[in-house]
Amino acid sequence: MSLLSALRGVNLRQYGMIIALVFIMLLFQVLEVMKLDQNFLTPRNITNTVVQNSFILILAIGMMLVIVNGHIDLSVGSVLAFTGAISAIALSDWGLPWWMAVLAAVGTGALIGVWQGFWVAYVRIPAFIVTLAGMLLFRGLTLWVLEAQTISIRSEEFRMLGSGYWAQDSVVGGYHLPTLIIGLVAVVFILWTQISARNVAAKNRIDTGSPIAFFIKTALLVGAALVATFLFAGYRGLPVIGIILVVLVAVYSFVANRTVFGRHVYAGGGNEKAAALSGVKTKQTSFWVFVNMGALAGLAGVVFTARLQSATPDAGNMFELHAIASSFIGGASMSGGVGTIIGAVVGGLVMGIMNQGMSILSVGQDLQSVILGLVVLAAVFFDVWNKKRSSGPIVGTTPGGSGEAKRRGKGPDDSGPSGDKPKDREPEPVGAE
Amino acid sequence: MSEDILRMRGITKRFPGVLALDGVDMRVKRATIHALVGENGAGKSTLMKILSGVYPHGEFEGEIELDGAPARFRGIRDSEHAGVVIIHQELALVPELSIAENIFLGNEQAKNGVISWNHTNSEAADLMEKVGLRDSPRTLVEQIGVGKQQLVEIAKALSKEVKLLILDEPTAALNDSDSENLLELLKTLREEGVTCILISHKLGEVLSVSDEITILRDGKTIETLDTADEAVDEDRLIKSMVGRDLEHLYPPHTPDIGETFFEVEDWTVHHPEHRERVVVHGAGLTVARGEVVGLAGLMGAGRTEFAMSLFGRSWGASISGSARLDGRELRLRSVADAIEAGLAYATEDRKQFGLHLDYDLQQNFTLAGLAKVSKGGVVDLNKITAVSERLRGEFGVKTPSVQQLAGNLSGGNQQKVVLGKWVFTEPELLILDEPTRGIDVGAKYEIYELIHELVDQGKGVLMISSELPELLGMCDRIYAMSAGHITGQVDRENATQEELMRLMTLETARGGVEL
Repeated sequence: MSLLSALRGVNLRQYGMIIALVFIMLLFQVLEVMKLDQNFLTPRNITNTVVQNSFILILAIGMMLVIVNGHIDLSVGSVLAFTGAISAIALSDWGLPWWMAVLAAVGTGALIGVWQGFWVAYVRIPAFIVTLAGMLLFRGLTLWVLEAQTISIRSEEFRMLGSGYWAQDSVVGGYHLPTLIIGLVAVVFILWTQISARNVAAKNRIDTGSPIAFFIKTALLVGAALVATFLFAGYRGLPVIGIILVVLVAVYSFVANRTVFGRHVYAGGGNEKAAALSGVKTKQTSFWVFVNMGALAGLAGVVFTARLQSATPDAGNMFELHAIASSFIGGASMSGGVGTIIGAVVGGLVMGIMNQGMSILSVGQDLQSVILGLVVLAAVFFDVWNKKRSSGPIVGTTPGGSGEAKRRGKGPDDSGPSGDKPKDREPEPVGAE
Repeated sequence: MSEDILRMRGITKRFPGVLALDGVDMRVKRATIHALVGENGAGKSTLMKILSGVYPHGEFEGEIELDGAPARFRGIRDSEHAGVVIIHQELALVPELSIAENIFLGNEQAKNGVISWNHTNSEAADLMEKVGLRDSPRTLVEQIGVGKQQLVEIAKALSKEVKLLILDEPTAALNDSDSENLLELLKTLREEGVTCILISHKLGEVLSVSDEITILRDGKTIETLDTADEAVDEDRLIKSMVGRDLEHLYPPHTPDIGETFFEVEDWTVHHPEHRERVVVHGAGLTVARGEVVGLAGLMGAGRTEFAMSLFGRSWGASISGSARLDGRELRLRSVADAIEAGLAYATEDRKQFGLHLDYDLQQNFTLAGLAKVSKGGVVDLNKITAVSERLRGEFGVKTPSVQQLAGNLSGGNQQKVVLGKWVFTEPELLILDEPTRGIDVGAKYEIYELIHELVDQGKGVLMISSELPELLGMCDRIYAMSAGHITGQVDRENATQEELMRLMTLETARGGVEL
């Protein structure tokens, strides 16, 4: 296999955004060295970017599942504000311990998810409408419970969730020791999963690609993990919120890829009718996707409130749009069925890094917004373009009629007589309850 | 004016890695109906897309001569301007708009940018009369049947002063009487000097209506036949299409029929939206192990509705009646229940309801049987791959890898994936709804063999088909359905097309029920 064909085989959709993220980071590094004569890729900057965008990343994880399932959630910003307010009230008015306040917020979020999931999944009102209503509804409720006031947070433990660092005294040669250990474990884990996946594939006689491509891919992943480890360890270590994020990414990636529930989320979003006729409980799946989104919005509410050390009525404004943009930058498809958890997080980081980099370069808010808007458009354009590129020669298809429409990215077509023609009275599956 | 309205010479079209058309020649005489036949993938649609400018001049090699002058279309607008109009399989109508609006879509009857509705509707009424459509021009397209929609398409073509009308599988979704109407209309148009190119899989109708037939195979012109010639019949066409003698369209099979294991009695289903409408009336049937049972009926007879309501109530409302499997009463509340109980339903519409076209074969094969490849809700990806590889081999899906997207497969291979998906759930009874719709002769044969293998394993198959010869060739017993009633059953020995047609159109059973 030549290098060229090895490159052709690379799934750009999967790695494109990671490459773009690295490219953007290097771009800011170069720009800041040139303009300000200082480094952008410092441990401090990177850590701050992650911490400052943590709540968006948490929302993006939930949002990705919602979008993959074929829906949208416009209410998460308001839900974040409302649950944040609940946590603050739980701490100050009810005098609950910090962990009870966290549970109260996450529980409230889940209940909101039950409410919205019910309307979307069972009453079948489009999610756009239900969550648009939710956006107004929960913003109003936030104002009401806070009486338009700001409540400040005094609990130290609670604040840790937003901006805390841990084990600050175990430092080796200027590096945070526990973070180094976590990084090492991550590297071993990456190596193990990559190699075992390749071995299993070989065992099942699946084409594993060229060894060179495999080596490069694995080296890049390990390299990225090592760079991230040293960047975090060089400042104050992986922050508390960093640990929460790593756990969330790992758990949700597993749920999405490896559980029956996860596969059902994708199947329902990819083709709801076919999924329903395959025994997938599509309504139930959608319902739980919204409950999950609500719970994650609750968690994001806790993190945001902890970071601000107060709950304010206008918290989380526009966050829903950032979370949605993260998902689309990260490769989600508007029509559902496509997207990865990692993609959503990378998409969120792309936006975060760009914000951070432009702020340091003192780019005004006006221009920042313009540039981010163009980035969202460019990312989706890249996806569309890449989809056309990768659908090369069709194997297993007879040449001619059926193939070329797909090759041109116009979606499936068949020269068969009437695979998809509506009959006079086409029965539609009503879905399984 | 030359005798030929169209001459295509040496048309060659390449797609990356595939030679779709290889020096195709075709001549069409003025004011004739010229049929274009060939297996799926023979290149018919590609050739017609070249003719209609979907692939503009320069994207292919070869020459097109229309009316004696060279034609170089840059797009569909160009070809329509020259009087070439194509009507695709998927009708290009907007359901929410009226008939008149659809006829003049893109060609609005406007003065200074303001549409004159009186003019639009009266012009539309004239065109509709020509095609024999007696509805109001203001009727919404979604309110008329597919047969009439087809007529709207033709009226639309006439509004563009069509000289050469290309119809891609126009009768595939039509019932017999609508097909008849349409073909009659083509003959009328021929009288008026409109030339038609007709792409069709239905060889009977091709022979009866067309003047000449061109056969394509593997992107090459095989021959052009004159239907006036006595020797041209279906066998002759099939031979030319497949390039081999298809002695038997149906594989030989000796049935080994066991005991009856599936029984339905008094099954009644109401329409989910119009609850007062009864779609299936007290229907009953039985299936024995090792038996292929057919279900014949015209469109709208309620066959699919019957099958889907059996399959975990996936269609219909207020369903009553009893269904027993191995003597046990089935109480199915969901599709998941039905799969659990040992039922499988392979839909007639594999693209919309049967497959996830954007997902690979592994995910499609295992979706209905995820429980079999998971433990405690966690799926075993290795097992999925191994199982899919096995199914791909067993079902002869022609693709090098199970990572191939289902949407990239040909119709026949997609159908094999659908079958594989359902066999993986280890059902006792498979309901196959139009299992060979839209797939070519060779792939049909393979599907038939797979069905025989299934019944040889002691499963039962209930096969719904609109192709009577297929039912006669495959089934051990055939039920006929008319307007929601089972109107009779015939054995293999006594089954004829005429008898089935009589049962399928039995009026007495209708009992005044509006369907």
